[in-house]
Amino acid sequence: MSKGLWAPRQPPSAWCWNLAWQAGHARAFRLKLQVRVASGQPELPPKQASWTELAKSINNHHPIFPHAFNATMEVLLGITGKDFTLIAASKAAMRGVTILKASDDKTRQLNKHTLMAFNGEAGDTVQFAEYIQANAQLYSMRNDTDLSPSALANFVRGELASSLRSRKPYNVNLLLGGVDPITHKPSLYWLDYLAALAPVPYAAHGYAQYYCLSILDKHHHPDITLVQGMKLLNLCTDELKRRLPIDFKGMIVKAVTKDGIVDMEIDNDKVVKCA
Amino acid sequence: MASGYDRALSVFSPDGHVFQVEYAGEAVKRGTCAVGVKGSDIVVLGCEKRSAMKLQDTRITPSKIGLLDTHVCLAFAGLNADARILVDKARLEAQSHRLNLEDPATIEYITKYVAGVQQRYTQSGGVRPFGLSTLIVGFDKGSQVPRLYQTEPSGIYSAWKANAIGRSSKTVREFLERNYKEDMDREATVRLAIKSLLEVVQTGAKNIEIAIMAPGKTIEMLAVEDIEAHVKNIEQEKQEEAAKKKTGRTPGTGSAAILTRTQES
Repeated sequence: MSKGLWAPRQPPSAWCWNLAWQAGHARAFRLKLQVRVASGQPELPPKQASWTELAKSINNHHPIFPHAFNATMEVLLGITGKDFTLIAASKAAMRGVTILKASDDKTRQLNKHTLMAFNGEAGDTVQFAEYIQANAQLYSMRNDTDLSPSALANFVRGELASSLRSRKPYNVNLLLGGVDPITHKPSLYWLDYLAALAPVPYAAHGYAQYYCLSILDKHHHPDITLVQGMKLLNLCTDELKRRLPIDFKGMIVKAVTKDGIVDMEIDNDKVVKCA
Repeated sequence: MASGYDRALSVFSPDGHVFQVEYAGEAVKRGTCAVGVKGSDIVVLGCEKRSAMKLQDTRITPSKIGLLDTHVCLAFAGLNADARILVDKARLEAQSHRLNLEDPATIEYITKYVAGVQQRYTQSGGVRPFGLSTLIVGFDKGSQVPRLYQTEPSGIYSAWKANAIGRSSKTVREFLERNYKEDMDREATVRLAIKSLLEVVQTGAKNIEIAIMAPGKTIEMLAVEDIEAHVKNIEQEKQEEAAKKKTGRTPGTGSAAILTRTQES
């Protein structure tokens, strides 16, 4: 896939100097820089020797916070069934030990029947997800058809892989769920920040893996209905509420079916006591 | 004309013309006709479809009406190949706008961008201008106001209530000027668009394409049967009007001839 939109993070070097950069993103990159400077970031050094120096000057002033802790405490769950894929993400937006928001939506819709959930370093997550989202939508506009979930998963993997080998990689973990628009087959892809990609029947990210994978191992079956899928998801969230040391403020649950993406009701107020 | 001033793009003729841009205008005049009409709550694009050859696969022959974003639609007259490039650039900018500003671009913004690209190709070396005029229509996010803009090869853009571009656009524009009414409903707007196209399209419904944009919705291409129904209706009305003009009265209301006949029998 040719690079359509270019995520304005890196300086123009020979390999990324394509038409897309020239057409859309010279402006975008300048705009981002202005925003960074305006929002309390340091002024650019008066004489700019090189792009790498510019990047260093910005990075050296970044506040340090324990994003590794955040990422693993954010819950992402995915379950496939007979004709659907469920994606669930915790609603807490955290910075260090502080919860900033209890209604955060860590998902983005890529096209009519593909949904992506993400966690990782604050800022990287949304930036990367919306960059993927924009490229998916651009593809749909240009070609009058949507990319299939598997095509998108491999595209995302490629983007993450090249990011991983850049000066500052995206620190993002993803679940990508969808239903194939033609075959109506549900699918779920697990991706981490090292650009590992695996198609899986059910998946989790962060500490949630330790609590949920065993439950899913025991109870999951590829032919379950959406109702059974929700029951299974409730088993998982109950266990998380029981065992996780923090309150993740409940889950946002969405189901991808052949008819599109629907929000699912889940009882977030249920209290689960620990022995 | 071969005075040398039409060789390079960036050279003026002594009387202030940039000939290459004017030639691009000629390419537009040779392109098939496209019309745009604003109603009270929708905006319609119509265009003349060139009839396909016998062995051509019409399913995969691209249309002259295309979506730039879910809420913006473009029709062009001129060189098809040039249009592909221009449309692609506009689509990229529309998505780029969404990514950077978190909102879909306004119709005016996209028009300005398209016109801007066209202008750039009139002022730099090694390129030729786009042989294209475009009509850009749609609704801004959350707005009920229909928009219709035109762009030209020179990079001029302008807003219209109804307009035509391409072959015989002058005839169609004059027709629209005579027949345009304020606050037309959906049916009247579609009808006016088809009627104006019939001024220059001989083969009728088969060679007409109609796209409708409504607030908060994406493009709706009118089905061939619906266009056919409109065409039939319009032609019938035309015939009735012609008959009226010939006799000076509505046919069937005169009594003289009938009386004579009854007396005879």
